[in-house]
Amino acid sequence: MLELTAEERAAATGENGDGAAMAMRIVAEAARLMGAPRLIQVASAHIDGALYHGDSGTLFAEKLVAGGARVAVRASLNVGSLAPAGCAAIRLPPHEWDMAERMMRAYEAMGCEPSWTCAPYQAGHRPTRGTDVAWGESNAVVFCNSVLGARTNRYGDFLDIACAIAGRAPDYGLHRPENRLATLLIDITGLSVELRRSDVFYPVLGTILGRAAGSAVAVIEGLQGCTSEDKLKALGAAAASAGGVGLFHVAGVTPEAPNAATALGGAPPRERIVLTPADVKAALAGLSTAGETDRVDAVAIGSPHLSLAEIDEVERRMAGRRLAIPLYANTGRHVLAPLEAASRRRALEDAGVVFVVDTCVVVTPILPELDGAVLMTNSGKFAHYAPGNTGYAVTYGSLGECVESAVAGRLVREAQAWI
Amino acid sequence: MDLKTRLELSVEILLPGGATEGQCLALSAPISFWGGVDPKTGRIIDARHPERGRDIAGTILALPGTIGSSSASAVLLEVIHAGRAPAALLMDAPDAILLLGLVVAREMGWPTPPAFRLPGSEQKPLAGRRLTISAGGVIRLS
Repeated sequence: MLELTAEERAAATGENGDGAAMAMRIVAEAARLMGAPRLIQVASAHIDGALYHGDSGTLFAEKLVAGGARVAVRASLNVGSLAPAGCAAIRLPPHEWDMAERMMRAYEAMGCEPSWTCAPYQAGHRPTRGTDVAWGESNAVVFCNSVLGARTNRYGDFLDIACAIAGRAPDYGLHRPENRLATLLIDITGLSVELRRSDVFYPVLGTILGRAAGSAVAVIEGLQGCTSEDKLKALGAAAASAGGVGLFHVAGVTPEAPNAATALGGAPPRERIVLTPADVKAALAGLSTAGETDRVDAVAIGSPHLSLAEIDEVERRMAGRRLAIPLYANTGRHVLAPLEAASRRRALEDAGVVFVVDTCVVVTPILPELDGAVLMTNSGKFAHYAPGNTGYAVTYGSLGECVESAVAGRLVREAQAWI
Repeated sequence: MDLKTRLELSVEILLPGGATEGQCLALSAPISFWGGVDPKTGRIIDARHPERGRDIAGTILALPGTIGSSSASAVLLEVIHAGRAPAALLMDAPDAILLLGLVVAREMGWPTPPAFRLPGSEQKPLAGRRLTISAGGVIRLS
């Protein structure tokens, strides 16, 4: 049975204005439906709700603005449907364009930060370990819980902004320490160290994790000394698009898992999966849908948005060569600004890189409509969503293969251990 | 406990609304509203769903299960805004994300269908029948 404080009840009946009241009522109703006993204070929010799916979402945001709603906590914004800071051309029809733009303005008017990125944790928004927050966007949720050790559920449309305005979230799920313990152990110590250290492995492992865990919490044993922040970002994004994963642990790496036993809370795992090279190869094959073809019409990287370190790597691998087909580099303005300051953006664009900023190629129409087109990517999340959202078939490969294929204008494979 | 022996059935109210009636569309498999229901028309578009092509507008929609996407609430709100909402929802288990679409619709002042809890096994006998549901959650054959 949900109990609200006097302050929360006053807010819900309009003490702080109509918009704040609507937000508090939405949070309280969600809490009641989820069986939460109370609301808890949150320290920040990341808002996924400003992506246009239809007019009703715009009207909802504008009603909050008309009611004087303001966010009570720091609230960064996930990608939108338009690209105010970018670069690539977007093919939205006029009505949708107008409603998407109105929606973005409404969220900014409520005091949300115009960060427009799905990697807010690399744009300076990093809640400290143990802090309760209300985040949306599945990859950001899983990074926030797993790598930062802050606590959030997967807050979807409407509830994310309502929590940010109310400064409250329902007390349930991953906010509660007992629900953060792993019940599934994934043992990858049987795979070669070379494979465990390679970038291209992490989206594959994430896909396996997402399918195996569903919405359960897993701990991975065998990645000590192999990971980087960008690899964990790729792992979490793939896991959250292949399953309902909101939190994973990596023994010896992530903050709540000094070792597997701690992540499991001292109990034996309910399930133990020992990964074999055959499992890895099967998951790898599932990431590509284009079949046996060397056709590549475009390359897309940056889901989640590229970090500056990842752009450095692209630039190093291009080594001054021109690209034969477009390479869509999806990133945020937090990365574009330093690139521009260092006069690097123009040179990359002249060589054939197309920067997609504030948005990305699977959430809004950017890729040209072509029959039988093939998109190459190193992102597990793009591999998952591109066929349905863009009509392009997908060929999955490493960052090195993506750059070499963009230079050659056809699929180029490099030697890579998959055992 | 079904309507044939009881003539009426009293169910738990998840989200209240007025009295309503309609033909029962009892889905035979769980559905994801995101990617499964066309937000503009209310038609079931999931290629793998057994009731693909059926229209949820105006029906007493019985859901044996829901597959959670965090955008399910946005799709349901868009369906309501487009005037293609079901007359009521009967849910085996309350899916907070989907129901949030109804909560927000109510906040927007749009006509909002009520939602009730009814186990999947008790949904099946209602398939295709015309039902009335009172504001207090009593279902009758009409």
